[in-house]
Amino acid sequence: MDVATDRPAYLAEHFTDAEQQQESAKLGMWVFLLTEILLFGGLFCAYAIYRAWYPEMFHNAHKHLDVVLGSINTVVLILSSVTVALAIHAIQHNKRKQTILFLTITLLFAATFLVIKYFEYSHKIHLGMLPGKFYTYTGIEGTNPHIFFTVYFTMTGLHGLHVLAGMIVIGWILIRTIKGHFHSEYYTPVENAGLYWHLVDLIWIYLFPLLYLVG
Amino acid sequence: MHTKTEHKHSTPLLVYLAVGGALLFLTVITVAVSYVDLGPFNLVVAIGIATFKAMLVALFFMHLYYDNKLFMAVFISGLMFLGIFIILTMFDTMKRDMIYEEVAKPIRPNAIIYEQPAATDQTDGQH
Repeated sequence: MDVATDRPAYLAEHFTDAEQQQESAKLGMWVFLLTEILLFGGLFCAYAIYRAWYPEMFHNAHKHLDVVLGSINTVVLILSSVTVALAIHAIQHNKRKQTILFLTITLLFAATFLVIKYFEYSHKIHLGMLPGKFYTYTGIEGTNPHIFFTVYFTMTGLHGLHVLAGMIVIGWILIRTIKGHFHSEYYTPVENAGLYWHLVDLIWIYLFPLLYLVG
Repeated sequence: MHTKTEHKHSTPLLVYLAVGGALLFLTVITVAVSYVDLGPFNLVVAIGIATFKAMLVALFFMHLYYDNKLFMAVFISGLMFLGIFIILTMFDTMKRDMIYEEVAKPIRPNAIIYEQPAATDQTDGQH
């Protein structure tokens, strides 16, 4: 059988067929997501330790986070997860224009998330609720309240960087979709970018209640 | 070459919308519950709801429910090691006195790591 003639351009030489290629790419993506979980895991562990050491201070300090803004951001991220899932669904059915639309909406949601985060951060910076030695606020009872804000800024900051990275990746996927690189037989990069975006959502699903709701 | 009979799986549109709706609903629930004081169960309920939401995202948005179970194994093994990491660390820091005479407490619990600035009027910041 002449393999060279009926191999599609998107199929790399070292794979038997498109399905094997896609599965391999997704396995690689999942291993990467695993390292991301462990990266955030260290911070969740730090949260657990400090919360166990200073329960009252954590309780007092968490009341200074804005539950309304946090809730809005949770809704924004969930909606962006839905739109990125719909974008993948659309490309699976060769609806390229829908994919472009849904990816654009996802980018807008991501930007909304960061803008809200910016307002939250600037409010806290203004009041001096800052990590470590930069902490100058005096309205929180308890021992070492700056530790809560160290945990808060590190966790939400790293998460915010991931949102930013996700926007860059989705933007790149959007450009490639506009260029017509993807179709129902080949959309692996769209799907892997989606996996990354869902993980960013998944981490926020834990950050929001732990920091804003129960502290 | 083209022996593949089954086409790649595509999740029905309705599943995405239903899962999205469920996630929004659970967000409302978790915020509402946080205003009720359940004592030590505050944390349990919050983490329980978050874990259910995370499961929905992983199974349906991230396709683990339909995909090759190898991906599920990668994901779960990560969570397992994360669990070991956090549980053993918490045992060490909170239950050390069950083995050693030392009382379980933060190392130098009353240490002031940074001097608090002198109290001034703080009226802003409450909500």
